[in-house]
Amino acid sequence: MADTISTKQIIKPENLVHKKSAVMTDTTMHYCPGCGHGTTHQILAEVIEELGIQENTIGITPVGCSVFMYNYLNIDMQEAAHGRAPALATAIKRLMPDKYVFTYQGDGDLAAIGTAETIHSCNRGENILIIFINNGIYGMTGGQMAPTTIVGMKSSTTPYGRDVSLMGNPLKMTDIVATLPGTYYVTRQSVHKPGNVRKMKKAIHKAFEYQKKKKGTCFIEVVSNCPSGWRMTPVESNKWMEENMLPFYPLGDFKVPEE
Amino acid sequence: MEKELRLMKGNEAFAEAVIRAGTDAYFGYPITPQSEVLEYLTAEKPHERTGMVVLQAESEVAAINMVYGGAGCGKKVLTSSSSPGISLKQEGISYIAGAELPCLILNVVRGGPGLGTIQPSQSDYFQATKGGGHGDYKLIVLAPSSVQEMADFVELAFELAFKYRNPAMILSDGAIGQMMEKVWFNPQKKRSGELQPWATTGKTADRERNIITSLDLDPHRQEQFNLKLQKKYREMKEKEVRYETFQCDDAEYLLVAYGTSSRVSQKAIQMGREEGIKVGLLRPITLFPFPSKEINELADQVKGILTVEMSAGQMVEDVKLAVNGKIPVEHFGRMGGIIPTPEEVVENLKAKIIGG
Repeated sequence: MADTISTKQIIKPENLVHKKSAVMTDTTMHYCPGCGHGTTHQILAEVIEELGIQENTIGITPVGCSVFMYNYLNIDMQEAAHGRAPALATAIKRLMPDKYVFTYQGDGDLAAIGTAETIHSCNRGENILIIFINNGIYGMTGGQMAPTTIVGMKSSTTPYGRDVSLMGNPLKMTDIVATLPGTYYVTRQSVHKPGNVRKMKKAIHKAFEYQKKKKGTCFIEVVSNCPSGWRMTPVESNKWMEENMLPFYPLGDFKVPEE
Repeated sequence: MEKELRLMKGNEAFAEAVIRAGTDAYFGYPITPQSEVLEYLTAEKPHERTGMVVLQAESEVAAINMVYGGAGCGKKVLTSSSSPGISLKQEGISYIAGAELPCLILNVVRGGPGLGTIQPSQSDYFQATKGGGHGDYKLIVLAPSSVQEMADFVELAFELAFKYRNPAMILSDGAIGQMMEKVWFNPQKKRSGELQPWATTGKTADRERNIITSLDLDPHRQEQFNLKLQKKYREMKEKEVRYETFQCDDAEYLLVAYGTSSRVSQKAIQMGREEGIKVGLLRPITLFPFPSKEINELADQVKGILTVEMSAGQMVEDVKLAVNGKIPVEHFGRMGGIIPTPEEVVENLKAKIIGG
C-alpha cells in the first residue's frame, strides 16, 4: 500500500490541495447533496478572497433556494424581495460606486418575476455583477415550472412535461441581455465538472475586474442541477443536465470585451 | 446662509427641501399629480449641488426596491408617487418595515379605486396608517396642509425614520402638491456621510458582517421580532403624536380633519361662528401615531364630532375608537377627486351633529 497517505501527512501544509475559503462562514449549508449552489458559493468566496475585496463587497440574495446565502458568505449582504435584487444593487452601487456589488439569483427570480429589473439594470449598464443560477425549476417551493424549464421537462406544475402549446416557450435570458448595450461581459458557465468550475472561477474574476474599471453590467449564467426537484441522484442529475439542458443552453461566452 | 423665501408648487417645494436636507438619493417613476418631484430634481442637477443620486426607475416596484437597497446602506433615500403607484410599492414598503430600515415615501393622493382620477383625494388613509402591505407593521405618517409643510416635513420625516429605523410617509394630496404658496427654505445641509453601524457598507475587520433581511423561518424568533416592532410602535404613540387645534377653547362642537380638508374646515369654522355655532378644529399632523388621547379629552368638552375627509370615511374610524362612545361622531366627505366646500361642511355639521 505504498500509494496511501497517512492522516498525519494529509494535514501537512505542503500536501494541501483544497481548503474552505476564509470568506466562507462555518455554517452548515442547507443545500441538498449534489446541488450546484454550494460549489458556486465556494468559488465566489474564493475569488473575493483572492482579489482582497471582502471589506468592499456587498452581495444581494434572491428569494429562492439561495435566499440564505447571507449565512454562508462572510460579507455584508442584503436579502431582496423576489426578483428585485438588481434594483437593490443599482441603488447600492450608485450610492457607493467604489464598492463591489453582485446579485445572486435563480431562474424564477431573475427570468420570471424579476424580468423587468434584470433587463433594465443591464440596459442601464449598472456596474454590477449578476450571477444567474439556471436549474430550470423553482427549487425552494417544491419543483414547479420555471421560465427556463426546457420543453418536455417534468416539474410539479408540468407533470406531463412542458408543453409549449399550454405553457409557452422557455426563456433564454442570457441571449437577451447580451444584445443590450449596457452589458459588457455576458457568459454561460456550469460547475458540474472540475474543468467547468475552473472556467466559472475565471469568469467571476474577470467580472469583478471589469466592475473595478466601471465597464458596465457583467452577467454570468450558471447552468445547474436540482437533484431534489428533478427527482434524481446527484450523478443522474448532472448526466441529465449534460444530455438535456446543455444542448438547449450551450455553454460559452455571449459577449466578451475586445482586448 | 439665511433662510430663503420662494413661491412654489407643493411638489416642487418638497423636491427642493429634499435636496436641502442633504438627502443621498431619490428613486421615482412618473405619475400625475406628483411628476413635478422627479422633474424638479432632474432639472436642479442635485448631483452637482450635493452629489445626490437621482434616478428614474423602470417601475414603481423597482423604485421602492432601489430605496430598500439604499436604505440598507444607511443612506437618506426616498421615493414619491401617487395612489396607484403607492399600491405597487406596498410589497417593498413591507420589506423595508420588516428589515427595520429608515426611508421616506411621499404619496400625493389622487382619487381611486383603480386608475380612478388625477384629482385630489384622501382615500389612501387606511393604506397609509394601517400598514398597507402584508404583515403587522406601521409607517410614521405625516399629513401636510400647506406648501410650507410639504417642505418642512422632509427633515422631520427623515429624523423620525432614522430615530426609529422605520419607513416614514408624507401623506399629501393632489391639491397640496399642485397649489402654489409662499415657502421658506432652510439653508442647504451637507450630506452626512455618517456610517450607520447596522448598514451594509462593506464588512470591515473590526465588526461582524451586517445582514439586511426581513426573513426568519423560526416562528418563535419571528414572534419575538414582531413584539419588538409593536413595542417600537407603542413608543411612537407615546412620544411622537403631533397635532394642531384651532378655536377649540370655547368649542361645543369639533371638526377633525387633516390636509386639504383641514383648510376647508377652517373656513367652515369661521362661517359657523358667524352664525353663532361654537365649533373648533383638531388637525392631526401625525396620522400614525394618531392623536387619540387628545381627541378623547376634547370629547369631554364638546357635544359632538364631525370628521371632514375626502373619502368615504376612513379616519372617522380612528376618531370613533378614540372617543369610545362618549359622544356622537359622524363623517362628512366627498369622493372621486371632489373637494368639499365650507358651506357643505357647515350644513353637515348642523344636520348630522347639532340637529341630530
